[in-house]
Amino acid sequence: MSTVVGEMDHHDHHHAPTGISRWLFTTNHKDIGSLYLWFSFIMFLVGGSMAMVIRAELFQPGLQLVDPHFFNQMTTVHGLIMVFGAVMPAFTGLANWMIPMMIGAPDMALPRMNNWSFWILPFAFAILLASLFMEGGGPAFGWTFYAPLSTTYSGDSTALFVFSVHIMGISSIMGAINVIVTIMNMRAPGMTYMKMPLFVWTWFITAFLLIAVMPVLAGAVTMVLTDKYFGTSFFDAAGGGDPVMFQHIFWFFGHPEVYIMILPSFGIISAIIPAFSRKKLFGYASMVYATAAIAGLSFLVWAHHMFTTGMPVAAELFFMYCTMLISVPTGVKVFNWVATMWRGSMTFEVPMLFALAFVILFTIGGFSGLMLAITPIDFQYHDTYFVVAHFHYVLVSGAIFSIMAAAYYWLPKWTGHMYDTTLARWHFWTSLISVNVLFFPMHFAGLAGMPRRIPDYAVQFADINQIVSIGGFAFGLSQLIFLWVVIKCVRTGEKAPAKPWEGAEGLEWTVPSPAPYHTFETPPKVD
Amino acid sequence: MRTRLITALAAGLPLAASAQSQLNLTQGVTEVSNRVYDLHMTIFYICCVIGAIVFGAMFYSMWRHRKSKGYKPASFHENVKVEIAWTVIPFLILVGMAIPATSTLLAMEDTSEADVTVLVTGSQWKWHYKYLDRDVEYFSLLATPRQQIENRLDKGENYLLEVDRPLVIPTDTKVRFLITSDDVIHSWWVPDFAVKKDANPGFINEAWTKVDEPGIYRGQCAELCGKDHGFMPVVVIAKEPAEYQAWLDEQERMQREAKAEEQRLLAMSMSMDELMELGERVYLGNCAACHQPNGQGIPGVFPSLVGTEMMLNDINGHIDIVVNGKNGTAMQSFKNMLSLREIAAVVTYERNAWGNNTGDMVQAADVNAYVNE
Repeated sequence: MSTVVGEMDHHDHHHAPTGISRWLFTTNHKDIGSLYLWFSFIMFLVGGSMAMVIRAELFQPGLQLVDPHFFNQMTTVHGLIMVFGAVMPAFTGLANWMIPMMIGAPDMALPRMNNWSFWILPFAFAILLASLFMEGGGPAFGWTFYAPLSTTYSGDSTALFVFSVHIMGISSIMGAINVIVTIMNMRAPGMTYMKMPLFVWTWFITAFLLIAVMPVLAGAVTMVLTDKYFGTSFFDAAGGGDPVMFQHIFWFFGHPEVYIMILPSFGIISAIIPAFSRKKLFGYASMVYATAAIAGLSFLVWAHHMFTTGMPVAAELFFMYCTMLISVPTGVKVFNWVATMWRGSMTFEVPMLFALAFVILFTIGGFSGLMLAITPIDFQYHDTYFVVAHFHYVLVSGAIFSIMAAAYYWLPKWTGHMYDTTLARWHFWTSLISVNVLFFPMHFAGLAGMPRRIPDYAVQFADINQIVSIGGFAFGLSQLIFLWVVIKCVRTGEKAPAKPWEGAEGLEWTVPSPAPYHTFETPPKVD
Repeated sequence: MRTRLITALAAGLPLAASAQSQLNLTQGVTEVSNRVYDLHMTIFYICCVIGAIVFGAMFYSMWRHRKSKGYKPASFHENVKVEIAWTVIPFLILVGMAIPATSTLLAMEDTSEADVTVLVTGSQWKWHYKYLDRDVEYFSLLATPRQQIENRLDKGENYLLEVDRPLVIPTDTKVRFLITSDDVIHSWWVPDFAVKKDANPGFINEAWTKVDEPGIYRGQCAELCGKDHGFMPVVVIAKEPAEYQAWLDEQERMQREAKAEEQRLLAMSMSMDELMELGERVYLGNCAACHQPNGQGIPGVFPSLVGTEMMLNDINGHIDIVVNGKNGTAMQSFKNMLSLREIAAVVTYERNAWGNNTGDMVQAADVNAYVNE
């Protein structure tokens, strides 16, 4: 280990820039990982404050705070920011920090592209957020931007929206290329594919999904752009196009996208549960195959978002069956996690708390997903708060909770300090309670018939919405505790050992905490 | 840890129940909606059972197999038999779910042999109903007063779920809906019928229902369709077939008379006061959603009508745009929605309100020229 530290000093003395230029020009995977993680947390707060505006307006029936046009901008930009600005960059940040350390590589394979893929992101989101301040406001057609609402009937911010999505897409594709090239070429000797940690495996598969579908999204936004400004009629029946074709293209991107936002979570949970159960992950190989199966099926289910568009009944049946099938590999994963805990020797540190909450709440989201897959009942659920409840269960108490779990698991490795566990437990319990007060009653609102994306509602939904809003404010405030924990951990705290968790396994725990600037310049031996 | 969660949830539930809020899917009033409800409950119960088993095993393990109780970890990490079992058993459960789901779906999608057909057309932000085999058609607009939405009046029982002219259909009759749109995508949804179908511009979708009980059934537009998406409810009244026939005959007679009356009134002029009074009412009901009550519009989204070139100097262009709409924008054609008198009045109003003060008066006969061109 001393050689590694020695190397780091060598580099620092010669050409490591300091101050702002260190961060601007950095090609170091750890620096870039930190940039991604901080950026995603800032976006999480920005997108979250938009959710607060939505929940404040919906606190009571009637229009109180914002007009319906601005409300639509809030729902749209909230969705875009949370998907492309919070969840995806957080996973890329984790990939940057952890994949090289987990496979015993010195850095990512393409460090300059790595720098670029991060540094175009702030511009993408600056463009998107700036559009909110232009005349006519920002995009107001939902994050799914269905044509022709986003073409003929949209404001001029559409052009800014299109370019910002393009930049986000380019960033994601570059990030994905980097992950694939790194994993295929830079594994330490002896680190065969079937020895890779599951976080590496799930990201490897996610990266292929990204490369497959981000160009489809780019195509969709480009067609929106040309339909709106250059007289094409891709989505306009009057010119021979079809507005439903937009939805097919969008969801061909959109469905794999939701797995892009959950597969890395599976990897994180598969690292944390064995660590705190002090028992090897149950069914490693079946986890890998299940991940691959989910990724493959994700290309065959897109039209389950479109059951009410008037598809032929044969297509409805096909997409219903394929969608139901996804619950088989997903179930295998959940069963494997429970079997890992079974007859383990469990302790309940903060990462484990988040991981356990993930398993339960993600599974609840999976159940509502299975209900939504059944076409005849989807006709009732579609575009109601039941759907909103479903995807927030899998994305907030799923993806976001797994990101929190990952942060609490690896923070000692990143900062070299233990965090304040009392505060962290407060963060967990307030988040857990408020997230359920926030999203669980939404199921009832949806079943009772409340459509989504409405700024005002019938009086019978008033009580449910009030509870939901209170949960929302509480969940929003709880995340400030997380910020406090992280800042405190970066600045001070008890010195963390190389391996702070008794049952943790993996190469990242063989390097000191904090991880030196350069790790594994000499590859480790894996047997 | 669980008790706290449960307490939090339990604290919320009685609150919601006390106001008699509905918490579950409606059973509805048709055979199909009942089948959908049963399917919903079946799948829900299956999920509950699976959830109880999985979470039960998990909590048992969390309680028993913990280090603080001195539990030593086992070392197993694979078991092919178990793994095959929990792949195959869920698959069989899914097959069990798919069978009733398929038969319900096939029943829902069978739109053949309908007795009555209604064309449903969505546009920003209202529904239009046309009885295909009769000479009856009309628009259906939100009837909740602006003052209730802006919290200046107490909200009524059917706040945001009431319209000026509901769709009327017969009971015990298979009614087919042809659903389309004039502008963006809308979605026509009546939960009690388990009918939700997108209205796609340029394409026609089909749905059907057969209502057992007379009554008033309320729903909403389900697909985001722009600014007032939350303000375009669907209200359907189901009447006994005889009552329905009487209603339909009456409507047909009234609509024919209104058309004849309109032609007769072409020769008559209205005074400025009459035009302005009618015009203001029409404006607030049909134009203010976009152009705003003060005529200023929303910059960058909906144009202002105050002091513009068209308002001050282009009376022909003004009548034309109201009558025929403007392609490629949210400005729709009002010639089927408003009478000639109403169009004349609203154009007059717009040319003289908010300081436009042109003094121009437009009469029904002036508008007629544009409708028939």
